[in-house]
Amino acid sequence: MNGEPRRVTAYPVSRLLDVLREEMHLTGTKEGCGEGECGACAVLLNGAIVTSCLVPAIEAEGAEIRTIEGIADSAQLSAVQEAFLECGGAQCGMCTPGMVIAATALLERHPHPNDAEIRDGLAGNLCRCTGYQKIFAAVVRAYESCEAAAATKPGAQ
Amino acid sequence: MRAYVPSYDLRVPKLLSEALALLAQEPGVWRPFAGGTDLMVLLEAGKLDHRKFFSLAKIDDLRGIEVANDSAVIGALTTYSEILKNPALREEFPLLCAAARETGSVATQNRGTLGGNIVNASPAADSPPALLVYDAEVELISQRRVHWVPYHGFHTGYKKMLISQEELLRSVRLPRRFQSWRQYYRKVGTRKAQAISKVCFAGTALMQRGAIGDVRIALGSVAPIPLRAVETEDALRGKSITPASITIAKEVLAREIVPIDDIRSTARYRLRVAQNLLEEFLTLLAK
Repeated sequence: MNGEPRRVTAYPVSRLLDVLREEMHLTGTKEGCGEGECGACAVLLNGAIVTSCLVPAIEAEGAEIRTIEGIADSAQLSAVQEAFLECGGAQCGMCTPGMVIAATALLERHPHPNDAEIRDGLAGNLCRCTGYQKIFAAVVRAYESCEAAAATKPGAQ
Repeated sequence: MRAYVPSYDLRVPKLLSEALALLAQEPGVWRPFAGGTDLMVLLEAGKLDHRKFFSLAKIDDLRGIEVANDSAVIGALTTYSEILKNPALREEFPLLCAAARETGSVATQNRGTLGGNIVNASPAADSPPALLVYDAEVELISQRRVHWVPYHGFHTGYKKMLISQEELLRSVRLPRRFQSWRQYYRKVGTRKAQAISKVCFAGTALMQRGAIGDVRIALGSVAPIPLRAVETEDALRGKSITPASITIAKEVLAREIVPIDDIRSTARYRLRVAQNLLEEFLTLLAK
């Protein structure tokens, strides 16, 4: 769990979402629809994005899970999180953890996504505030900042 | 009302033989649980009446895609994401990949499985029309036997299938004979992403000297089962594509499908869209 072993007791079909929030007190992961439509509960399960409301707890046994709490590196926000701040990619915040997870997963699959790939990668995450444009802008900002950081590294050409 | 979670059981056998033993010892008592993208929704809604399940997640025999000389065999537990990543399937079975891409979001594609999509038996499922036009066969396995049945005919009525309570669907086989066929897939839903289809259409055709040498057409959400439109195919086989042959095919299709009014759409809209998709398919073939 976010790089640390964690042991909890749960019923086999308890939703991973409930185990995260209620047993592990990782309340960054939100519940929206509870039926896999909205993406608010998205987490990375063995590196792949899933909606934690649809994952039975027993199938998470032994898995590597990353939640929104594990995205920042201690006090240092990730490039995606920084970009959401800079671009105004969050308003009420309910969708934001899932959006950040989806954007993180997208950039791991496509480090330089085109517009269609960004839309496809975030299609499973609903936002009722922003109208999405600032979120798409944040994804672009995130990969541009990653590329800029890579270019200024000592030894980079 | 939400389900009372402690009343459910979900075992996790590690071997196919253990899963088959569960099915054989108490037929009807234990049911398979694949990606959970349908069952967990029912659970949360308090509509999952069955209580005892076994997860297929650890059974590696059910995973994987093997491409042999004459066929591609896809394990029942293969996810949509795994289908989309497979170069051979992308090359030769683009309609199956289109269906995988249009099923839910990336998160759903990472969990949802091909076998689950078949045995969940929703007439609105996205992959069955693609499997039908590719002449798929499904492999059924129990402690007593292993056998293959044509996928066309597997669904016998709403949520009814040619699979016994002792059997698991192990894999899906697609013959590799459609490379030179023209291919068309289109799903019409309320929005582009995440929607369950109002109508979905898959078509393949082998064109010979400007006429339709052979053709397969299948639709979702227009009948109690994923429907192979054999009468429409018969009306088209051997014909060249003209305004007259398109009109006749649309009339045959209208008699063959039985769309209904439900929460997602109306019978009238579905009929109109199904005919329009057929026309679009045929018009593309003529080009």
